[in-house]
Amino acid sequence: MRTCNRIVLALACLASLSCSSDHTESITVVSFGGSYARASVLAYHQAFTKETGIEVRLEDYNGGLAQIRAQVDAGNVFWDVVDLEMPDAELACNEGIIELVDLNAMPDGVGGEPAQQDYPANTLTECGPAGLYYSTIYAYNSRYVGEHAPSSIEDFFDLDTFPGRRGMRRVPFANLEFALMADGVPLGEVYATLDTAEGLDRAFAKLDTIKNDVVWWEAGAQPPQMLADGEVVMSTAYNGRVFNAQILEAQPFVVVWDGQLLSFGGPLGIVAGTPRFEAALAFVHFANRPQSQANISKYISYSPVRLSAGALVGNHVDTGIDMHPHMPASPENTRRALKSDWRWWSEHREELNERFSAWLAR
Amino acid sequence: MGYKPVFFATASGHIGGQPLKHPSTHVEYLGVSKTYDGEQWIVEELELTVQRGEFLTLLGPSGSGKTTCLMMLAGFEAPTRGDIRIAGKSVQGIPADKRGIGVVFQNYALFPHMTVGGNLAFPLEVRGMAESERRARVDKALALVRMSGFEGRLPRALSGGQQQRVAIARALVFEPELVLMDEPLGALDRRLREELQFEIRRIHRELGVTIVYVTHDQQEAMVMSDRVAVFSHGRIEQIASPEVLYEEPARSFVARFIGENNLIKGEVSEVKGGVCTVQVEGGAMTATHLGDLSRGDQTLVAVRPERIQLRPDPGTYANEFTATVEDVTFLGDHLRMRFNLFGQADFIAKLPNIVGHGAVLPDDEVRLGWAALDCRALNFVDI
Amino acid sequence: MPRARLISLALVLPLLAFVGVTFVAPLASLLSKSAYETRVHDVIPETMSVLDTWDGHGLPPEAAFATIAKELPSARADRTLLRLSGAANRLRPGMRIFIAATAQRVPRAEFAGTWRETLAGIDEGWADPQTWRVIKQAATKFSLRHYLQALDLEQRPDGSIGARPEQERVYMPLLWRTLVVSFFVTLLCFVIGYPIAMLIADSPPRRRNLLLLLVLVPFWTSLLVRTTAWIVLLQRQGVINDVLVSFGLLGDDTRLEMIYNMTGTFVAMTHVLLPFMVLPLYSVMRSIPENQLRASASLGASPMQGFVRVYFPQTLPGVGAGALLVFILSIGYYITPALVGGSSGQLISNMIAYHVQTSLNWGLAAALSSILLAAIIVLYLAFNRLVGIDRMRLG
Repeated sequence: MRTCNRIVLALACLASLSCSSDHTESITVVSFGGSYARASVLAYHQAFTKETGIEVRLEDYNGGLAQIRAQVDAGNVFWDVVDLEMPDAELACNEGIIELVDLNAMPDGVGGEPAQQDYPANTLTECGPAGLYYSTIYAYNSRYVGEHAPSSIEDFFDLDTFPGRRGMRRVPFANLEFALMADGVPLGEVYATLDTAEGLDRAFAKLDTIKNDVVWWEAGAQPPQMLADGEVVMSTAYNGRVFNAQILEAQPFVVVWDGQLLSFGGPLGIVAGTPRFEAALAFVHFANRPQSQANISKYISYSPVRLSAGALVGNHVDTGIDMHPHMPASPENTRRALKSDWRWWSEHREELNERFSAWLAR
Repeated sequence: MGYKPVFFATASGHIGGQPLKHPSTHVEYLGVSKTYDGEQWIVEELELTVQRGEFLTLLGPSGSGKTTCLMMLAGFEAPTRGDIRIAGKSVQGIPADKRGIGVVFQNYALFPHMTVGGNLAFPLEVRGMAESERRARVDKALALVRMSGFEGRLPRALSGGQQQRVAIARALVFEPELVLMDEPLGALDRRLREELQFEIRRIHRELGVTIVYVTHDQQEAMVMSDRVAVFSHGRIEQIASPEVLYEEPARSFVARFIGENNLIKGEVSEVKGGVCTVQVEGGAMTATHLGDLSRGDQTLVAVRPERIQLRPDPGTYANEFTATVEDVTFLGDHLRMRFNLFGQADFIAKLPNIVGHGAVLPDDEVRLGWAALDCRALNFVDI
Repeated sequence: MPRARLISLALVLPLLAFVGVTFVAPLASLLSKSAYETRVHDVIPETMSVLDTWDGHGLPPEAAFATIAKELPSARADRTLLRLSGAANRLRPGMRIFIAATAQRVPRAEFAGTWRETLAGIDEGWADPQTWRVIKQAATKFSLRHYLQALDLEQRPDGSIGARPEQERVYMPLLWRTLVVSFFVTLLCFVIGYPIAMLIADSPPRRRNLLLLLVLVPFWTSLLVRTTAWIVLLQRQGVINDVLVSFGLLGDDTRLEMIYNMTGTFVAMTHVLLPFMVLPLYSVMRSIPENQLRASASLGASPMQGFVRVYFPQTLPGVGAGALLVFILSIGYYITPALVGGSSGQLISNMIAYHVQTSLNWGLAAALSSILLAAIIVLYLAFNRLVGIDRMRLG
């Protein structure tokens, strides 16, 4: 009888073990890696796991929809939530490869106001609400630049005055805008110009002038590395990555805010057909809380999109410095800033990607 | 090095084996030593003179330094000490390609990517000879080695013997006065070897060039050479004509190396002119001797197997002993018998296959005899 | 068949099966994808059978509108719609959204009497015959359009085939660049590898083993480690530049740019491929007897003449084998050039990888692979004609 009891006890233990491991649900969240992904983990991934018990596994990618398409197409979805770019989010939900989100179910603002009223125009969409403001800027390493430092977007394209290689992201986005701004197109006419065949040719022609001196990057972590190594004299970059290198690694980088491309970012898409939809949705709701958005700015210089989260922005968590001067949307930094038109990009991204890779290959 | 037309020139009056009428020095080794590692001497204090038109063979077991000697002459190795002179001039510092010496290698060293004609024309081309003359020379050289008509073949389509003929022709085609041959027949079978030995001798006679020939085959050395230098451990043991080497070996090494010899250890008890008495295990032996043997010296007595008589009439020979037959080997024209003499079962006799000799059986006690002239007491240097 | 042959056949059977499964079958399936594919066709099979009878002029019959209105939403539900929209989008940008949007809206649309009207009501693009031509072309099972694209050709509206506009020509210039890069990498490998192989072949056995080891080390190092090591060495603030600057050979502002350009590509690729040149050369050189050069010297040839006329010709089989190996391998290289080659590091294989992994245009990737394969076979045959493959020594 006693032996029997022991066996039952042992079996029960085994069962409880296996049950408990079944209970630890986990989802895979895919983001852009580096200091941005780290900021997201600290800002809300950990808090989400603490609150729900759902483990979050982090993977890196460099943007684009190819991998999501491949997973959905093959019927083998192993990514659950993907941190997208706004134009891609729009494209993805039109194609049906990410799930639409119910805007009414979005968490309320700080003061209890409904989500619909807590987002700026054009940022709350069923394809994934924007999570943050970021900027594509260019930066240089003051160690390798003499007294005469570049200060405008025109300087980035001026190889005569500022010789040396440039780092640029291997996509048309941002590069075409920079090219036109540097070519003298006023801010307000950049997208209208890009909308014409001549305007596009003009942008590519401007890029042609520096093409031989460009080192192309794909991951957001690369530009600070290339700048630190002196591999490029200046590089376009996400402003937050440069900020982290400045603050945490004491790199003598200087951000040139002139001609910055201010963009909404961080929409979280739930990959269509994921077997972990409920957990993924819970994660998206959690990430869209005002506090989650604001937490990001404790770790990296991206500001929250939600109106009510703006007041929650404070100091950098490690160094205590005031984040406001480093934010892309701060008045100091926006004297000549272009707001990116993600709707235009979602319409033209596909064909421009094709044209860009053909242009690169030539 | 000039290219005198020695081709088909009358040899300077010598016939193989005979001394030259007007000897003149062609090659001299003056105190030449060679070491690779600074410890082991491959060649030591070598003194050697080669006469113009001579066929000199360097004979010795492998590792005796004979090939190194040849390579130093060819210019592929440099002496560590000493000097080599050709026609009175030191060749030190002159690279191989400026020495104008023909070399025949053991494995032919034909250029596999060139035809026979191309191989022969090569030395002429690098000398900038006109094509018409080249062709005439190539034809002549091929005729000399009886290989006319093979110009268009590639070396790999030839037999070993044919390849070596071509190699010889190539070493001669640019008419060198001095030709070196490094075991040229080593890779051939016996029959071909004998055939080519004859050919090389004929060519040597026809051209009158000086040939320095390296081999480890003493029979080959005997057949071909005017003189043979016997090498051992980097030194020349003896240099002489084949006859002298055979009949009058100066050292035990030569006695052992050239032909077959029975060597019996003993001590000199009496010296009288060119004859001495040697006390051996089983009695006293009378032997001729060279050099300076004196009473009390240790010596080896060398007896050629073919000089031994079976059952001689008593008193015919200075040396007569009784031995036990160990075994008899029938070899057609002769019988090879092994005897136990003085307790050593390694005494060999070669006896002609004549009536009576065939009746000898193992364990028979027989009397053996040989003349004092056929029995030589050697300077006892190395046993 | 004799018993012995049956047994030997049985023994090689596993190998044949292995080669068949892992090499022949995937290759065949890939090559067939370049011209024949049912993946897209099977998204709208009924519509395609209606369109079979449509000559491409004017709008297709009402039946086509009716079936596609039925098949698009169900394809969306099955998540197979991507295949059609992706393929159509490649033929005409914008089709991806157009098809996706239609599929989404058809179930909610009000029926307007005919399906033709209904679809045109959703998006007037449906009233454009060009839309239908694109859909039909995208879903056709057998098509040579991938080959046309890979050859930078296009079918004009009048049916004739001609070159694409200058700025759209991508693949032929890339193929050419790939061949040029491969040629120079081969040349560099030869120039650097020949003396190395000679040195090794001439060394005493102990040093020979050490030198061979050094040549083989790159083989045993991970590709990424190797490439990263080159980045560390070659970059502007890298080891080589630092050394040159510290010796005063270069100013701090005139540091050499040796990476993210052609130099980087050549250096890294030559390093990786060098063993493939050295090993066959070494093996051939080992087989050349030492007395060949002695013979040539004894015949009066200077060392230079001896090398040019006697030694080098005998190493040609090794040169041929090494060059062919290096050339063919460098044609297929893409990770290394992409990492260290900057803009010029784009080679044809990068494009194939891009279409396999990113754009998911397997048909085009297959067509490009086929063309590359054909180019290599042509080169191989030409090489065989010139050098003779039976004379080659692979070591």
